[in-house]
Amino acid sequence: MARLDSVPATLAAREPSSAPAIPAAQVTSRHPALVRITHWIVTLCFFALLVSGTEIMISHPRFYWGETGNVLTKPLFQIPIPSSRALVPTGYGYVLPDQNGWSRYLHFQAAWIMVCTGLLYLIYGVFSGHFRKNLFPAGADLSWRALSSDFANHLRFRRPSASAAWSYNALQRLSYLIVIFVLFPLVIWTGLAMSLSFVSAFPVTVTLLGGQQSARTLHFFVSIALVLFLIVHVVMVCVAGFKSRMRAMITGGAVQKERP
Amino acid sequence: MSNLSRRKLIKAGIAATAGLSGLGVATHFAKKYGLIPPDSGGIWGLGETLTYASQRLLTRHSLAREFPRSMISKPPLANEMAPPSDAFKRLQAGGFADWRLTVDGMVAKPTSFSLAQLKSYPSRSQITILACEEGWSYIAEWIGVPLSHVLDAAGILPQARYVVYYSIAPGWWDSIDMADALHPQTFLAYGMNGGELPVGNGGPLRMRLPRQLGYKSVKFITHMSVTDDLKKFGKGLGSAAPEGGYAWYAGI
Repeated sequence: MARLDSVPATLAAREPSSAPAIPAAQVTSRHPALVRITHWIVTLCFFALLVSGTEIMISHPRFYWGETGNVLTKPLFQIPIPSSRALVPTGYGYVLPDQNGWSRYLHFQAAWIMVCTGLLYLIYGVFSGHFRKNLFPAGADLSWRALSSDFANHLRFRRPSASAAWSYNALQRLSYLIVIFVLFPLVIWTGLAMSLSFVSAFPVTVTLLGGQQSARTLHFFVSIALVLFLIVHVVMVCVAGFKSRMRAMITGGAVQKERP
Repeated sequence: MSNLSRRKLIKAGIAATAGLSGLGVATHFAKKYGLIPPDSGGIWGLGETLTYASQRLLTRHSLAREFPRSMISKPPLANEMAPPSDAFKRLQAGGFADWRLTVDGMVAKPTSFSLAQLKSYPSRSQITILACEEGWSYIAEWIGVPLSHVLDAAGILPQARYVVYYSIAPGWWDSIDMADALHPQTFLAYGMNGGELPVGNGGPLRMRLPRQLGYKSVKFITHMSVTDDLKKFGKGLGSAAPEGGYAWYAGI
């Protein structure tokens, strides 16, 4: 399998000869700078969207299917939490403070930054070969046998061997591909489909989803899927070696062997 | 400094200069074509400006979705609101016969319209969604006079850029640009679902903007002012919404 970065940046060349001797072959830039920068911008935006999105949801923690839904409509389901609006029947005897103003401002600002960053990453991924080399799995890795063995290894929290750790395995590749090419586009689409003005120009974006309230419900589900991915992602980073993986995504430099 | 890093520095310098001048040109055109919202200052300015500018470029003339009569929400919803003021109660006791809508500012003839006058203009109806920023929504038939008709009657001046509108409830006011003010679905609504507009839904007269969130559809309209500069109103952010922490443009 291809290495994450085909050009091994020899750190040793930049370091004085008296530096601790780490063989040059073992040290390399694991992630290209653009991937590292966009990764952390997206992380920051994702947390901003998660916090503000949750805050907005609290003002009406009921979900519906179809075009419309309100307190007089039977919800599809309701999150059993108190609300920041008195009109919502939650079963709680109190109303939370209204935080929707800054939440909405933050939600859309973070969404813009995330979408622009995502576009930059997409363009880079296509033209640098990042997607082809690092994310699209090789045909042989997609067999049920290979995938289920990957999956079993994950479930046992088995650390990858030193050489395998240099490349994403098929399961990793598939999850990243689903996040990048399915979940993110879906969360943007379902978000836009809630905009009254946007759908006035592009009505099919909301009718295809079954209506404005369906779009809101789907936006919620896709967000949950992204949060689940985040949890698994962070757990896997910890299993694989938190320090080395963080170093790899921050400075790009990584030591092949995780030291205890 | 090695040659490589000097070259990098020069490249970065050129890129930064190009970026900054590009930004300058973009700002100039954005101002010229009215793509900057009044609440573009402050930390949320970037997101708000991008949202408003893209909406103006993509959706200036698009029509809000309309629905068949069978999709009207039953029973109709009226959301919570502050208790009506004494001024409102007095007018209500008189069956709103003395309700007036005054229009001033950049108009040829500042005018005070009675409800009867507004109802004598050709009435229009639309079956559209009213969606609240909180997440709930309902569909109703809205009956009224297009705002553009009222503005024409008062003789809007060519330099007009915004319409500011006020509720009888103190401190409740908002504003829209001319793209929304002259939009065929922007109504001064006085009827709903075939009857009078109930007080709970903003009766006797409410602004109705089906392409923006509910809070822009201010209830109990008594006064409108046409202007070329929102800085003169309130804290200069465009409306009471940004003063209370909410975005001025609510088409999102």
